[in-house]
Amino acid sequence: MEMVVALAIGVLAASGIWLLLRPRTFQVIIGMSLLSYAVNLFIFSMGRLKVDSPPILDGATDLSRLADPVPQSLVLTAIVIGFATTALFLVVIIATRGMTGTDHVDGQERDS
Amino acid sequence: MIDWARHLPVLPIVIPLITGAVLLLLAETRRVPRLVLTLSSTLAQLAAAIAMVWITSDLVPGIWPEGIGVYAIGDWRAPVGIVLVVDRLSALMVLVNSILALASVVYSIGRWDRMGVHYHSLVQFLLMGLNGAFLTGDLFNLFVFFEVLLAASYALLLHGGGPQRTKMSLHFVAVNLTASFAFLLGVAMIYSVVGTLNMAEIAVHWRGMSEGDHNIAEAGAAILAIAFLVKAAGWPLSFWLPGAYHAAGAPVAAMFAITTKVGVYAILRAASLLEDASTPFGGVWLYYLALATMVYGILGMLASRQLPRLVAFVVILSSGTILAAVGSGVPAMLAPALFYMLGSVFATAAFFLLTGMAERLRSAPVREEETAATPPPTYSAFAVGEPPDPYSPDDEVGVALPAATAFLGLTFVCCALLVTGLPPLAGFIAKFALVAAAIDALPPFGAFGREWLLVIALLGGGLAGLIALSRVGMRLFWSVAGRQTPRLWISEAAPVAFLILICIALTVAAGPAMTYLDSAASALENPEAYIRNVLAPTDGAAE
Repeated sequence: MEMVVALAIGVLAASGIWLLLRPRTFQVIIGMSLLSYAVNLFIFSMGRLKVDSPPILDGATDLSRLADPVPQSLVLTAIVIGFATTALFLVVIIATRGMTGTDHVDGQERDS
Repeated sequence: MIDWARHLPVLPIVIPLITGAVLLLLAETRRVPRLVLTLSSTLAQLAAAIAMVWITSDLVPGIWPEGIGVYAIGDWRAPVGIVLVVDRLSALMVLVNSILALASVVYSIGRWDRMGVHYHSLVQFLLMGLNGAFLTGDLFNLFVFFEVLLAASYALLLHGGGPQRTKMSLHFVAVNLTASFAFLLGVAMIYSVVGTLNMAEIAVHWRGMSEGDHNIAEAGAAILAIAFLVKAAGWPLSFWLPGAYHAAGAPVAAMFAITTKVGVYAILRAASLLEDASTPFGGVWLYYLALATMVYGILGMLASRQLPRLVAFVVILSSGTILAAVGSGVPAMLAPALFYMLGSVFATAAFFLLTGMAERLRSAPVREEETAATPPPTYSAFAVGEPPDPYSPDDEVGVALPAATAFLGLTFVCCALLVTGLPPLAGFIAKFALVAAAIDALPPFGAFGREWLLVIALLGGGLAGLIALSRVGMRLFWSVAGRQTPRLWISEAAPVAFLILICIALTVAAGPAMTYLDSAASALENPEAYIRNVLAPTDGAAE
């Protein structure tokens, strides 16, 4: 399972970084989203990967079998914040498209 | 413990939060209640900040032991709950922040707050994020407050609209979002081996780790340092800054003068807490990176022809100077660097406010010509003319200031003296103290001391700033063609005068200020008191 998760994070992050460096705003925002998925999965896996273990104390489960709840709450916060900032980024992108008439990140096509 | 002092640390976060939220409910047309609310909130933050500085100084012993106040949110103690920690450095940063906020808010009353909606709410949220970032003692909480201040600054950068601002916002948001991802990665890696997010406890655990864990934690700290350096505009992570600061409106840019210092503060704090162990913070690489930042700032200053852009490079130069002092590993340089930061933050903020007014020195055709002549291709790609100002100056309310040109010229000279470090103002004292500390730290004659590089960069920065500012100043004030006497309003001139008066007061009271900064620096040098106070069960637990 570790290998699968690690590969998934790696592929997401690599695609995200590649798209982030592309010149079109749409590619940038998709890259940003992929990168945020990679980061969120990474935070999640930092609490150790476990199956069938509850994150909340119920008194019955053995303490060593509990999942770490802190990364789960961190990832929740990170998702919410990332969602809000991505939405704002989308607005900026649409505004730039409307004002400059191009979807290039520099607001004009390269002269080549 | 005096009762009111107990809740003091949370006030600079709660006051702007509530004010910003209430301001959202008031219609934009109800200007008077909105302004009263904004100003009283800003003044209340200033009062809280002054009280915190006063209590943490050595004048009032006994309220907070060793000048460190810990506020447990929800009364959950440190390793479990999230704490706010006030020490001398964070109290000082909150004070600087609220002084700037007061100047910026008053300045924006004249014109800027009507160029878009929710200006004052956004400023309050920005203040909340800044104060929270300075006060928090929890690594993930630091991330949250960074995001609060960044979200507000994205919207503030867009304030006023126009193609240029929108395009610069695109870059600003993209760079800062990516930096936030780096921040999260670093936090997660450190958490995975340390098992806590409390900064004091991280510092404790840092020493007793196995080698494998230590490598992971160091990698996490290095990724964290990248995020901080993006915010602090360290080269080569600072290319987003000049365009964004140039495009921002004058009062917004003035507030941005301190947002780069949040990154510097975070590096200072991390370097202080993780200093004893071998960490990526405070190493030699930081020193050379900071020197490169200074060189980039110097070259940028010499290359820029427009005042806002020049001042943006001054911001980069001042970030580089403080980082170099931190990275040099010379303890005696920390207090002068903090003093330098005070002066440079106020001076660059006053400069940004000044540029908003100095633009009116020129009549329209000359301004257009100047925009067309901008040399750097990266900038000219964005040089699209500003949209017509919806509020022509004739509509503005307020009292016009007599001798406007003289006022502008005088404040320009004061700001230039401050940022270049020429006598007699605070900038000179700071630079003198920095150079003196650097020379004291030099190895015996004949050996190569890397402190020489810093001395050269400091003096070179002063010289380059003088050349660049004289050139811009001469073109701005002495060229006859197309000049007109601008109309300034008291509400715009007063904040600039206020900031410069603060700098003059800092010059006069340099002794007491340096005493306070020395104790702040020695607290950073010896983080044991910080760790002990954060992790100790205080009297609240016994209740």
